[in-house]
Amino acid sequence: MKKYNPAEDVDFVVIGSGAAGAVMAKQLAVAGFSVVVMEQGPWGAYGHEQDYNKDELSNRFPAEDDMLLSDPRRQTNTFRRNANEKAGPGHHSYGCVVGGGTVTYGASSWRHLPWEFNEASRFGTIAGTGVADWPVSYDEIEPYYSQAEWEIGISGPNIKTPLIAPMSRPYPLKPLPVKSSGALLMKAADKLKLTVTPNVAAIITEPYNGRAGCINCGACSGYGCQVKARSSSAVALLPIAVATGNCEIRAFSYVREITVDASGRATGVTYFEKKNNNREVFQKAKCVVLSANGTETPRLLLLSRSNRFKDGLANSSGLVGKFLMSGNGGGASGLFPDPLNEYKGCVTGAAVLSYVPNDTKARGFYGGGRMTARGQMSPIQYGLAGPHGAPSWGADYKKALIEQANRRMTLVNFISQLPVETNMVDLDPEAKDAWGLPAMRITSTSHENDFKAMQFFIDRSVDILHAAGATQVWADKVSDSRGGAHSRGTARMGNDPRVSVVNKYHRAHDVPNLFVVDGSSFVTGGRNHPTMTISALAYRCADHLVKAARTGNITI
Amino acid sequence: MNDSRRNFLLKGFSASGAAWLAANWPRQAAAAEKAQAMGAFTFFTRPQAAEIDAIAAQVYPTTDTPGAREAQVIYFIDLALVTFAADKQKVYTDGLADLATRTKSFAAMPAAGQVALLNGIQATDFFKTVRDHTIMGMFAAPWHGGNFGKAGWRQIGYDDSLNFRAPFGAYDQA
Repeated sequence: MKKYNPAEDVDFVVIGSGAAGAVMAKQLAVAGFSVVVMEQGPWGAYGHEQDYNKDELSNRFPAEDDMLLSDPRRQTNTFRRNANEKAGPGHHSYGCVVGGGTVTYGASSWRHLPWEFNEASRFGTIAGTGVADWPVSYDEIEPYYSQAEWEIGISGPNIKTPLIAPMSRPYPLKPLPVKSSGALLMKAADKLKLTVTPNVAAIITEPYNGRAGCINCGACSGYGCQVKARSSSAVALLPIAVATGNCEIRAFSYVREITVDASGRATGVTYFEKKNNNREVFQKAKCVVLSANGTETPRLLLLSRSNRFKDGLANSSGLVGKFLMSGNGGGASGLFPDPLNEYKGCVTGAAVLSYVPNDTKARGFYGGGRMTARGQMSPIQYGLAGPHGAPSWGADYKKALIEQANRRMTLVNFISQLPVETNMVDLDPEAKDAWGLPAMRITSTSHENDFKAMQFFIDRSVDILHAAGATQVWADKVSDSRGGAHSRGTARMGNDPRVSVVNKYHRAHDVPNLFVVDGSSFVTGGRNHPTMTISALAYRCADHLVKAARTGNITI
Repeated sequence: MNDSRRNFLLKGFSASGAAWLAANWPRQAAAAEKAQAMGAFTFFTRPQAAEIDAIAAQVYPTTDTPGAREAQVIYFIDLALVTFAADKQKVYTDGLADLATRTKSFAAMPAAGQVALLNGIQATDFFKTVRDHTIMGMFAAPWHGGNFGKAGWRQIGYDDSLNFRAPFGAYDQA
């Protein structure tokens, strides 16, 4: 791998190596630019994926250098429901390894539908929210969805329905097995006249681009993939970036500030070398790309205060960190007479699409969601959670645990969440992270509309499980989000610098050589399946950046 | 495992090497096997092990299928307390001290008395921790010390081969 001297003025520093950062690094390096990728997490099993741990206990209690997710005790964060409360300890966690969240995610890879880019003009705005149109249309982004699907490797059904975004190219790979939960969902859908399809996933089902197809090992979400079937950034994108000889990945490198000069241009990044006693290093760069996720991206902007940018970098709108959407869910579970064995295969085999569109009149709330069939529980997880309706230990616990084993199915729903300005990421005034920097503080209470949405999806889940033939069904309680890996909206795109942080090409309105691309760019949240759109936005941003940089002017 | 084998294990020599194990996590697999072969404990004294073993045997009892005792969960817990759960050592020592104020020997009590006593301390950190560790010991991979002979995995129908072809269950058959 190419190594750069930090004093060398590289073309691009990319902060973050996940769904967006890896796309940026790969596209920029392939175009011939010098790129340094900063990743605060460890290497994981980058380049030797066969060594990924499949042991549930050590995955649950990893050694520090084997962690694949951030640790809320070190990447400290706090949480409160509203600005009147004092924030307490938070449990927000995200992918934190070379490849980011894509190394361990469930890998659902749904596109946004065309109307999810202009909900304000199509359905109207809602009081108390920041619902607005995106500055980019589906037609503009469609070619980049296709490019992302084919380069990254997405498997899915090729079905024409208004419930799936129109595609200029089909998915490159056939879908994963629907599993028993998916088969039961299809049975229920027949009765209830719902549209169900196999899931769309960044998991390859046959050999593709030199990687092996999924072997359905079942130690999937939360684990690294030992056969490289999960199309993570670490196997699908970063090796191509590195192979150009233009790209260096620096793991264990925690950026604490994006620095600027007197003219307000970014000059590089200051970071801690975690494996070198947290020595501070300055990496010079002509242009900075920030792709640190929907929560760390705004935090780093707020940490990058200077005389010129007293409220944080790129924050003249005051909207850095605001309009946080961290993702709402909820559903129901049921027991079936025979084993489903959901512990085999990927997490999600099939999804109900019928409630994706908005139907405010009929449902009494704004928004929609995608329902996914699951049931995967690994042995320790199952034992600790315990059987339904039984004591938590003793002979009756054991009896029920054995009786219910492998017979459970759960509907997990991915539901719209409205952007509300008071839901935000900012800096905690007291708590510090393990490096002594102000901890992330999350403030969030969903809009009342979203509680109706969650209840609706819980009720539909109960109906579906009954229709599928469950012998016992139990519903989740409505539960508001507290953070999580799907965080979006915190550096929103827009044409007007007064009400947005980045422009339609992800350039910060206030800093001509700073590009911010990841979930933070989202204007509205879609149906809480963000990754495919994050990847497509990054391809589009990179395309623009390459063209602009080649003309010698990245500020356009 | 028969009762005399278990008693042999509990009567085995006291252990050394806790520091070695802590330094070598997660390479404790070999160590776990050795410890079991020797009947050695790294954290517990033998009387302490007997008490925890008896609690674990009520959390996940022996019925018509093996329980925590046959699955050798006590060795899992002993290793846990010098590795990933080292921060729980005090919970155990404090809990055992409290238990000693309630009974001269929990292990020697009749089963009904044991259950009644545990019902009384269900809400304590100590009981909750032993409960969670017992269950982890039933269902973690055998090289962590428990789940002897994959007894736990067999009971819940878990196949650890990590390589499957659809159909997976009863409802996705073609």
